[in-house]
Amino acid sequence: MGAITTGLNVQAIREDFPILKTLVHNKPLVYFDNAASTQKPKIVLDTEYHYYSSQYANIHRGVHYLSQIGTELYEKTRHIVKDFIGANSEREIIFTKGTTNSINLLAYSWSSAFLKPGDEILITGMEHHSNIVPWQLACQRHGATLKVVPLQEDGSINIDEVKNMISEKTRLFSFTYVSNALGTINPVKEMTAIAHQAGAHVLIDAAQAIQHIAINVQELNCDFLAFSGHKIYGPTGTGILYGKEALLDAMPPFEGGGDMIKDVKFEQTSFNELPFKFEAGTPNIAGTIALGTAIEYVEKIGLDNIFAYEEELLKYGTEQLQQINGLTIYGNSIHKSSVLSFLLDGAHPYDVGVILDHLGIAIRTGHHCTQPIMDYFCIPGTCRASIAFYNTKEEIDLLVTGIQRASKMLL
Amino acid sequence: MSINEIQDSIIEDFSMYEDWADKYEFIIELGKELPAMNELYKIEENLIKGCQSRVWLHAHEEEGVLKFQADSDAIITKGIIGLLIKVFSGHTAQEIANTDIYFLKEIGLQEHLSPTRANGLVSMVKQIKNYAIAFNLKS
Repeated sequence: MGAITTGLNVQAIREDFPILKTLVHNKPLVYFDNAASTQKPKIVLDTEYHYYSSQYANIHRGVHYLSQIGTELYEKTRHIVKDFIGANSEREIIFTKGTTNSINLLAYSWSSAFLKPGDEILITGMEHHSNIVPWQLACQRHGATLKVVPLQEDGSINIDEVKNMISEKTRLFSFTYVSNALGTINPVKEMTAIAHQAGAHVLIDAAQAIQHIAINVQELNCDFLAFSGHKIYGPTGTGILYGKEALLDAMPPFEGGGDMIKDVKFEQTSFNELPFKFEAGTPNIAGTIALGTAIEYVEKIGLDNIFAYEEELLKYGTEQLQQINGLTIYGNSIHKSSVLSFLLDGAHPYDVGVILDHLGIAIRTGHHCTQPIMDYFCIPGTCRASIAFYNTKEEIDLLVTGIQRASKMLL
Repeated sequence: MSINEIQDSIIEDFSMYEDWADKYEFIIELGKELPAMNELYKIEENLIKGCQSRVWLHAHEEEGVLKFQADSDAIITKGIIGLLIKVFSGHTAQEIANTDIYFLKEIGLQEHLSPTRANGLVSMVKQIKNYAIAFNLKS
């Protein structure tokens, strides 16, 4: 077994994640369910604890000491996120509950401003349900049509097909950066340019990219980008919607309530400026503050280092899994990130998942909220092992031994 | 044997397995041995959609008792189905409706009857009870 050649001190990183010392069914936890959610470093937990135990009050407009501290910390995360993804200003960073919430916000507000009967929205065949269903609903509301760039056998899409399907009717091209079920990395910059040439707006679902790949929204030139805090080592219930300021300005609010208003009269209400126009009600203050800590933690390690290390693990994992008799890997694009989706011939993914669980190995089984992908491959679902930078080659070896054991028991 | 006597005998059968793997190998064996469900009954209306494994359940009445046939595409689920059929099939609707299932907990497989497992087994047990209640009302 070759040593990892990249410069991450994984043993030190593992020390930062208390849960990795947990025993599951009396065996050391091997956590390969990172595409569903990532574990939290102690520094993120400490931030939340410290905020609740010594800094807590509701934020925005409070004149008292604690409220001001909380507001500063909360807004600091906006600044961190702005720098992290290379946005122009904090006004372009909307706090949401997660990627799904970000996309639904757009499906309501963007569609109200820009979608007309006869228009088209384009997505790809590898989207998560949360980048399908909100657009189906929006198309129903506005008399528009949803079109889908088909998937190819290797789990990628054909860029010529994108060019064919984009037309002057296309108002929005919404696609994932990285497929959660197959790991495919899409050529997002090229896809964005093609959409812009046709006059369409672009939303990138970065839920599976933000923790693996360095992103700069101005370099990509996307109009919108969405991601979740919990997939980048931050708390659940936090998320980001990035949008170009001019477009966000042109969109009506999503939810009404406190914080998003300038002036409320029974006759008419005027709305707060960006980003607050889209942030009604008391938000997840502690979670958002801790998300800032999580992003700083990731930045300290460096996404380029993370990408290089995870790529090496993925390559090793792919080679090892390919040696298992009767195992098929789904998603074989040349450009892939962190996901090993597979099936054992003659074994249902549920059964494989149950046996691996008893060996302390956490993977995800099922359709991964991407039923159209499973339909494309005519399978009920897959077993998915997904990698984070705290995983090791030794854990991949345990996974391989576990799959072999499952194979022996089941077949 | 009454439903509870069958449950108790299953608990006794399982008491010899200390290791989880032996237990699961036995369950998998039961799954493989479960008589194939009549293809006529493997229809949409008999399908209980779990999130992950699919379960089909068919019930009919024969000489005053209820008989069940079931199947699943996942073998561990199918093995547990085999146990549930052994427990419930061939009893009166009244006994089925009035008896609680406790053997899965006793043999350490309760987790498979958790709604979060999404394997269709919770719905299957519920459906068996519903059939029993419906047959009770009919008679």
